[in-house]
Amino acid sequence: MKHLAEYRDADTARRLAAEIGRIVTRPWAIMEVCGGQTHSIIRNGIDQLLPPEVELIHGPGCPVCVTPLETIDRALAIARRPGTILCSFGDMLRVPGSREDLFAVKAAGGDVRVVYSPLDAVKLARSQPDREVVFLAIGFETTAPANAMAAKLAAQEGLTNFSLLVSHVLVPPAIQAIMRSPGNRVNAFLAAGHVCSVMGTWQYPPVAAEFRVPIVVTGFEPLDLLEGIRRTVAQLEASRHEVENAYPRVVDERGNEAAQRVIAEVFTPVDRAWRGIGVIPESGWRLADAYAAYDAERKFDLGGITAEESPLCKSGEVLKGTLKPNQCPAFGRECTPRTPLGATMVSSEGACAAYYNAGRR
Amino acid sequence: MCLAVPGLVESIRDDNGTRMGKVNFGGVVKDVCLAYLPEIAVGDYTIVHVGFAISKIDEASARETLRTFAELGLLEEGLAELRESDLPAEPEA
Amino acid sequence: MADQPFPPDFSQFTCPAPLRDRPQIVLGHGGGGALSQDLIEHVFLPAFGNPVLDRLGDSSVLDLAPHLAGGGRLAFSTDSYVVRPLVFPGGSIGDLAVHGTVNDLAMSGARPLYLSAGFILEEGLPIADLVGIVARMAAAARAAGVAIVTGDTKVVERGHGDGVYINTAGIGVVPPGIDLGPKQVVPGDAILVSGTLGDHGMAIMSVREGLEFEAAITSDTAPLHGLVAAMLEACPAIRLLRDPTRGGVATSLNEIAALADVGIEIDEAAIPVSPLVASACEILGLDPLQVANEGKLLAVVPAAAAGDVLAAMQAHEHGRAATPLGRVVAHHPGRVALRTTLGGSRVIPLPLGEQLPRIC
Repeated sequence: MKHLAEYRDADTARRLAAEIGRIVTRPWAIMEVCGGQTHSIIRNGIDQLLPPEVELIHGPGCPVCVTPLETIDRALAIARRPGTILCSFGDMLRVPGSREDLFAVKAAGGDVRVVYSPLDAVKLARSQPDREVVFLAIGFETTAPANAMAAKLAAQEGLTNFSLLVSHVLVPPAIQAIMRSPGNRVNAFLAAGHVCSVMGTWQYPPVAAEFRVPIVVTGFEPLDLLEGIRRTVAQLEASRHEVENAYPRVVDERGNEAAQRVIAEVFTPVDRAWRGIGVIPESGWRLADAYAAYDAERKFDLGGITAEESPLCKSGEVLKGTLKPNQCPAFGRECTPRTPLGATMVSSEGACAAYYNAGRR
Repeated sequence: MCLAVPGLVESIRDDNGTRMGKVNFGGVVKDVCLAYLPEIAVGDYTIVHVGFAISKIDEASARETLRTFAELGLLEEGLAELRESDLPAEPEA
Repeated sequence: MADQPFPPDFSQFTCPAPLRDRPQIVLGHGGGGALSQDLIEHVFLPAFGNPVLDRLGDSSVLDLAPHLAGGGRLAFSTDSYVVRPLVFPGGSIGDLAVHGTVNDLAMSGARPLYLSAGFILEEGLPIADLVGIVARMAAAARAAGVAIVTGDTKVVERGHGDGVYINTAGIGVVPPGIDLGPKQVVPGDAILVSGTLGDHGMAIMSVREGLEFEAAITSDTAPLHGLVAAMLEACPAIRLLRDPTRGGVATSLNEIAALADVGIEIDEAAIPVSPLVASACEILGLDPLQVANEGKLLAVVPAAAAGDVLAAMQAHEHGRAATPLGRVVAHHPGRVALRTTLGGSRVIPLPLGEQLPRIC
């Protein structure tokens, strides 16, 4: 496929890795924020090409992983309601709530469906006017334009049987929370290219300046990742802390302004709990009041659903890079991909699941 | 966090007021919402996430990035040649 | 009464009760009575008919002695087929029901001979749909050289099935001297694959509700016993064969590693995937190693015979794209490792369950 295959060349990858080895003089910890980047790093074995000085810390950038337990429990409660269809992205179905996952609710008679796009959920609501269709709308900034459009179209068409259970999260506040956390080891960030394709890079210079941390916008293919790492190491070695764009074919400074406008219309910032990390101020979006009629949390009486995470789970420390997954006492014992205790073991993009599946035990 | 794939815009249409199109991903064609790329045209490449085109691929930047990679190789090969030719001249190094 | 003729004229008589020529399956088609007989006479026998089946006994009596002469052994297998949609690009549930069981037999090195066919039909299924599926099933059986010699039909109420479920059981004969199994697998053996991976699973995904995409991807459903026979002729000492159906090659390789207590190493650059399947996997975030195949096999062969077996595979219509995939190793027993194109390595885990498209 054009614009993918060119960025997977093994020889160039080795050259980039050698160049990183040539310029690095001391240990650096670089966090890739995005779960998709973690996936690509593990899948291609990119971390194994790097010199020992460069340590990659897998950040909290998997929206499936960080969706709070309470939201999952609410989704489960909605899916159990008769006459309701709950739909979401495929990887969301496996995420366990306090007691069960959506597969279990489906097995017990709930109507739970996988959709590829939020528009498919709207289509479902249109074609099933006598059923309530609820879309579990999770994601980072990249997914927000799609989820916002679902709400906007439903409002335009006056659909009364469609709503969204929204649990959106945002990257810049997460970076700030990581930099402020005690014991933080992160020296630099690879910013997530697809988030920036929507939001642009204008949010990052103040963050880079405040924490004196290099932020390099990076793509997802092996050469993109190695180039992002190379530029990050170059900055670190030169004591620079700038925002650089190593993914210019997809990202520019302003981002997608049409998408930003619709996001601003449909969503409003909110303090959001991140699974394994806790509440980060202004780190998420919920539906704006104008779209209250499409907000599943306001539409359905879900009672006072509260949930507590397992005390054994150290995913917060893993996400902040202060603990390696296999250093957690529960790793591979109480906590496996089949019986995940926390965020990072839930999705295959999660740092703990990635370690477990790669056999790094 | 976000699986997004580059594809070629093959056709554009208006679907009840929503800008939609067919996007070809290496021979696999999907219906994609183009509402957020009002300027994209047939023949352009776009990055698609959950059925939405979110960014137009800038061909000039892509070429530039690939050129940098290619030069990195040439540079290294050049250095290697240089080192080899330099070897006898710098025995003390 | 008086003007009624006697004896009554029955030639114009029609009874309003049992309308037998129905366009859809009704519960009565599974009741064992006249409607069941209609199905047998008008749907199953015309398609499957053979001297054994045509006797319509409660069981079929088979003379296997000639097949077993000289030390052949009986292979016996069963599988149930559940697929949505019932007809998909490149095949139907009928093709799967024949090929799946034929291939299960072939993986023991057996030549398949006879199949049974059990149908569970859902009330309301258009009979035309059933006829189409049965026709494909019959054509698949004829092409594979197996006879369907016994069968059964039940009907479940509407809403209690997905149109058609099929169970087939099969009997085959393993020729003397052939003994395939995990015990034979030793470090140093080569692992071969008969062609591109993931075609069946992605053909199904392409027409699944909510995921639809347009791509000329067709299921690879095919009978593999001919290929297996050619391979065994090239090397009777083949260690083990597996058809990587549900769960894909990742599942089969993990099973082999666990059963044989050996390590397996495969090369990413060697994984055969068609460009269209690769693209479809890219969009949905799926790994072709985890996607189902219905006409491919994995072979563990002695390294010295790998070239001969590969040549025999490539000379067969169902093995044209056969290629070496990896090797059996002594280290990391029970585990499958992949060498990435870039020079790294990672473990291929046993897939958890159903393949779900990813967003992240």
